[in-house]
Parts: sequence; C-alpha cells; structure tokens
Amino acid sequence: MAIATHDSRIVGKERFVRATPVAELPAPVAMTGVIGWVRASLFAGPLNTILTVLTVLLLIWLVPPIIDFLFVHAVWTGADREACLPTAEHPEVGACWAFVRDRFSYFIYGSYPIPERWRVDIFFAMLAVGIFWLLWLEAPRHDLGALYFFVVVPIVSYILLTGWPLIGLRAVDTSLWGGVLVTIVVSWVGIVFSLPIGILLALGRRSNMPAVKLFSVIFIEFVRGVPLITVLFMASVMLPLFVPDAYSPDKLLRALIGIAMFASAYMAEVVRAGLQAIPKGQYEGAMAVGLGYWQMMYLIVLPQALKITIPNIVNTYIGLFKDTTLVVIVGIFDFLRTVEVSRIDPKWAAPTTSATGYVFAAIFYFIFCYGMSRYAKSVEARLGKADRR
Amino acid sequence: MSIAQEGGPPKVALIYDPKVRSIAYQVVLVAIILFLAYSAVRNAADNLARAKIASGFGFWNQTAGFDISQTLIEYSAQGGTYGRAFWVGLLNTLLVAAIGIVLATIVGFMVGIARLSRNWLIGRLAGGYVELIRNVPLLLQLLFWYNAVLKALPDLRDSWTVFGNVYLNNRGFFAPYPIFGEGIGLVAAAFVLGVAGAIAFRIWARRRQERTGEQAPVGLVALALIVGLPLIAFFIAGMPATLEYPEKGRFNIRGGLEILPEFVALLIGLVLYTGAFIAEVVRAGIMAVSKGQTEAAGALGLRAGQTLKLVVIPQAMRVIIPPLTNQYLNLTKNSSLAVFVGYPDLVQIFTGTVLNQTGQAVEVVMITMAVYLTISLVTSMAMNWYNARIALVER
Repeated sequence: MAIATHDSRIVGKERFVRATPVAELPAPVAMTGVIGWVRASLFAGPLNTILTVLTVLLLIWLVPPIIDFLFVHAVWTGADREACLPTAEHPEVGACWAFVRDRFSYFIYGSYPIPERWRVDIFFAMLAVGIFWLLWLEAPRHDLGALYFFVVVPIVSYILLTGWPLIGLRAVDTSLWGGVLVTIVVSWVGIVFSLPIGILLALGRRSNMPAVKLFSVIFIEFVRGVPLITVLFMASVMLPLFVPDAYSPDKLLRALIGIAMFASAYMAEVVRAGLQAIPKGQYEGAMAVGLGYWQMMYLIVLPQALKITIPNIVNTYIGLFKDTTLVVIVGIFDFLRTVEVSRIDPKWAAPTTSATGYVFAAIFYFIFCYGMSRYAKSVEARLGKADRR
Repeated sequence: MSIAQEGGPPKVALIYDPKVRSIAYQVVLVAIILFLAYSAVRNAADNLARAKIASGFGFWNQTAGFDISQTLIEYSAQGGTYGRAFWVGLLNTLLVAAIGIVLATIVGFMVGIARLSRNWLIGRLAGGYVELIRNVPLLLQLLFWYNAVLKALPDLRDSWTVFGNVYLNNRGFFAPYPIFGEGIGLVAAAFVLGVAGAIAFRIWARRRQERTGEQAPVGLVALALIVGLPLIAFFIAGMPATLEYPEKGRFNIRGGLEILPEFVALLIGLVLYTGAFIAEVVRAGIMAVSKGQTEAAGALGLRAGQTLKLVVIPQAMRVIIPPLTNQYLNLTKNSSLAVFVGYPDLVQIFTGTVLNQTGQAVEVVMITMAVYLTISLVTSMAMNWYNARIALVER
C-alpha cells in the first residue's frame, strides 16, 4: 500500500493506482459454512471419513431399534401383564410403560400407608424449597437457608415421616418406607451429615495435635480403603452387637449410619483439598489479627476453601446419590429395589417388563445426577469468571 | 497473675495456654474413643454370649459344606473349609478386577481420545457415552446387563453357536479349552525367555538409539521373541496340547471353557462404568498438555499419531496416573457388587454365605475389610513409587 501511494505521488496526474485496499474476498464456499464444517469435522482425511461412516452405521444399527422399543412398539395402557405379552396382532412388544404407570406410586412411596402419603409430599416440597434456596446463588439469606436445610427440615421431616401420635400423626414404621422416599432420605442424610463431619475430619487431619490427626487419618483411610458394601455390612451386622440389646437401631438407621460414615470420609478428602489450596498468608493473616483457631477457620479459611470446593462437593454428592442403591444389601426398599421387586411380580411378568423397569430407573437417576453435574459445571464456570477478573 | 517478667514469656492462666489446651483436647478425645471401644467390646461379648455365637477364628478350618459355581483352585462342598472358600472368593475377586482393569483402561483411553477427536460425530458419541454411563448407578447397570440382557439370551436348546463348538446361551459362554500334556514346561520356559529377551532387546535398542540415533525394530523383534519362540518350542515338544470341546447334552453343556453369565455381566458393567471415568481422566490429562507441545511436534514434522504417542501421552501420563490409580481401586472395590448378580467373589462367598452359616459377623467383616485395605494400600504404594519415578524433575 505504501508503495502504491508513493508511486501515485510521483506520477502526479495519472492516478490510476488504487489508494484503498480491496475488500477481502470471502473464503471459498468449500471451507466455510455448512460444507466447510462438514469437511473439517466429518471428512478430514480418509481415516476420518472411514470413522464417520462406521459411526453412522453404528448409529443406524442402534438408534432405530431403541426408538422402536421405547415409543413405536411400546404399550402405554393396560391393567396387567396381558397388555404387554406379544400377540398375533402385535408380534413385537416394546417397552411396557403400562407397568410403570401401574406401579408408579409404589416406586415413589414404597409401602407407606396410602392415607398418610401427603406427609411424604410435604417432605419432598420442603426439601425442594431448601435445595432451591441453597443452590440458587443469587437467593437472599443463604445463612437462613442453611439453618432451614440443615436444622429445621431434618427435625420437621423426622416428626412428619415417622409420625408423632401426640399431635395426631400416626406412627409409620420405617420398614414400610420405600421407593424414591427412601432413596431421597438416605442420600439427604448422607449429604447433611457428611459435610460437617467431613469438615471436622479434614481439619483434624491437618491439625497439629497428634492424637486428633492420627484418629482422622485412620478413619478416613480405613473407610476409603474398603467398599461401601462392607461398610454397610459392618453397620448392619456389627453395629447391633456393639450396643446394648435395648438400643439396637432399626434397619434404616443402620444403613443411614453406614452411609453417613462413608460419605464423611470422602467429603473429608474433598474439603482437605480445598483447605490446601488456601495460601498460607490467609492463615497467618488471621492469626496476626488475633483470631483464635475456630474464628480463623469459620471467618477466614472455610468460606474460601468451601467456595472453591463446591464443584467437588457436588460431585461427591452425585457419587453418594448413586451409591444409595447399595442399601438394598441390608434389606431396605430403596427406589431400585422397588423396581426390582415389581419387575418379578407375577402380575406384570412379561418379556419386556425388566428392561422397561431398568430404563425407567435409569432415566430417574440420570435426571438427578446429570442435573447435579450441570450445576457443578455452572458453578465452576462462575467461580472461574470471578477469579479471572 | 503477675505481670510478665522481663525477658521471659508472658504468663497466662493454664486454661488459656495453647499447649495445655491441646493436650487436654487430645486426652478427652482418646478417653472418649477408649470408652466407646471398651463398651462396644463388652456389649459385643454380652450379645454374642447370649446368642451363643462362638468367637475367634476356629471356623477357618471347619468344613464349609456349600458349593461355589466358579473355582480357580480345587474346592468341593465336602472337602472345602471356610478358609479354602475364602481363597476361592479372593481369587475370583482378583480375576474379575485384573481383567476389568485391563479392559477398562483400553476402553477409557479409546473413549477419552475419541472425545477430543476433531471428528464431530465421534466426539459427540464418546461424550454421550461418558455422560450416560457416569450418571447411572453401577448397580442398575449390572442388573440391566444380567437380568435384561444375559438372562434374555436363548436357553440351552436354542443356543447360539459358532463353528459348532462355541455356544452362547443364558447359562453362559462355552468354548474349547486347551488341555496341556507333558512338555508344556518347555513352552512356558520359552515364553519366559522370550519376554526376558524382548525386554533386553528394548534396553539395548534404546541405548543404541541414544548413542547413535539409529532406530531398531523393537516391536517386530519383541513380537517374534514373545510369540515365535514359544511357538517353535511348542512344535519341538510335539504339540503337547489338545483342545477339549464343550459337548452339548439335553440339559447342560459339559467340558471345555465355561464362562458364567454372572462373570460376564459383572465384567461388562465394571468395564463400561470405569471406562467412562477413565475416559474423563484421560481427557483431562491430554488437555493439560499445552497446545505449544502439539504445535512444536507438528513443526518438527511428526504425524498426528506420532505426536500423540511420543509427545502428548508421555506428558499427559503424569497428570493421568494418580486419578487413574483411584479408578483402578474403585473398580476393585466395586467388584464387590458381584453379590447382586450372584458372582462368587470374596464378599458374596465370605461376607454372604460364610457369615450366614457361622454367624461370626465381627471376624468375617474384619477379614473382608482387611483384604480390601491391603489391596488398596499395596496399590497406592506401587503407584506412588511409579509416580515418583515419572514425576517431572525440576531444578
């Protein structure tokens, strides 16, 4: 460009050279837009093309049968197994959704007495309010929310669910509880107890007191080193031996203790990672202004440590939520167990009942876990944005 | 209290002295733990005495009296003891864990790399697989594979067959199995020799390459040594192996190699589940390698495959190894879910059947936990050693 202007000045009158740059030509059609995208991301080179073709073939092989099973050949209404048996008119029977519809309330409440089920509904509603309050980052008064979620809801729902004859609530034995109710109760107890105990254990592991440190390390490493099943076995068969006969805990309580222990140990390691990420200056600064140990932790260190740990805490909760399925081993009817019992029920035994039940259960767990993981991702992104500023 | 003396530290009341406080806290903690332990032991002794349950490890040598569907070592209901049953269960656990770890690593690396592929379709497919598998409980997946897939296979009469002597039905997978005769020791020795030779050749080749820059065909030579040498020995020894074919009767299939559907369901479930987690570990590890490394490798003229193998993966491994170890341990611990599909692993045999028969909950659960703890600790120690070996050496 510089040369061009220079030239034009020399020639003087004959200004035939452009002084302004020509507009850029658009990239070739084959490199942009849909065609370009397809070329770059599906057919870049022979190997990629082969892979794409193979993947498409795989999808053609997999997807239509799944859609056929779930929707096209599915049975939506019916009173019992007859509806889901293959007949001459319908030789191919897909998912037996009639079975899920029929057993739906059993999946949710288990054997909880039907006239008392409104109590469970209130429990779910209270929980939903608490979760929404705490998870919505712009919500007002998170301190009140925490108080509500960690203190009010446990007490109220304990009274509500087990019953209190004095105020007119019929007592409901925990052996009648089941389905989603038990899954939610178990995972929520794990969540409520694992965070405080986990924080204490994490602080203990970083403590200067040798006895406290030793205890924390042994507890954490012991529980993390064994499978959850053995912890549940321990809670279920050993715990009743360790307490006097009169105080023998009921089955649900045993499982809850096992789950809480297990979740606390994992939570402790997550919190410890957060504590380690806090620069030493924060501790020293807190001590320099004269704060005691608990003031330092409560006011300075934990708020920062927990904030950066939120994604990992949520991920631990996802694991915990999936692990609640194992409480079956101690004879508790959680959601998966109710599906398991229903699918072998003679009333609904048909070729596709099992698969339908499992697909339904998978959708239930997927929605909860995927929701939690999306939340963790969004918090992570938000925190990342705050740090980049 | 008096005012602090010059030079000495200020005196404070004993209850404000951090040292005294810390000792007091620890004494209280130890006292509480000791009290809990003491009352637990006393209650346990009471309860056991009332229920007339024996204690101690005397049951170890008693006859078990139950059958086990898969035994890697000799075991029978009449002759086997509880101790023997324990070893059978432990070996079954280790078998499924070992095979599972190998397969899950392969699946995990393939999916993890596929997820980063520039091919949109493959990336999405891998992503969908990871999200779907990771967000559904493992137990549900195991039950699905076992009850909805493997149990839905045709029964014995309508078995699927390949080549007339490989059968697949809802009782399992049956295939020919080699029976070794005399002289198989020679083949085994040749195999060991081959492996040792391959390792030696690799060391020599690497030294030579560092010295002169010349490359040697390590892969081909290793293949020849490890496969070829035992093959030659096999023919020299006069082919000391015959295949035993499974024979299909009216009610069952006898002979040959039998793989239980329980084992297959557990293996598929564990491999797919852990594979999805390993895929995420691998993806994170590869993304942790800075882009400049890939670009520099490209500038040096390395092809995509070479870049991955020589530049990216070795660096990513540093990030990958610690969480990968965790996944291996998780797989081993998750293999205890075998109890839900009836695969005879340690938990199913020992914490299930043996506990029910003897009623000695404390001993049985303690032994089981000790086994898993040992596996965890040994694996972490091995991985820490490996980790220290490949860690970045900084100035």
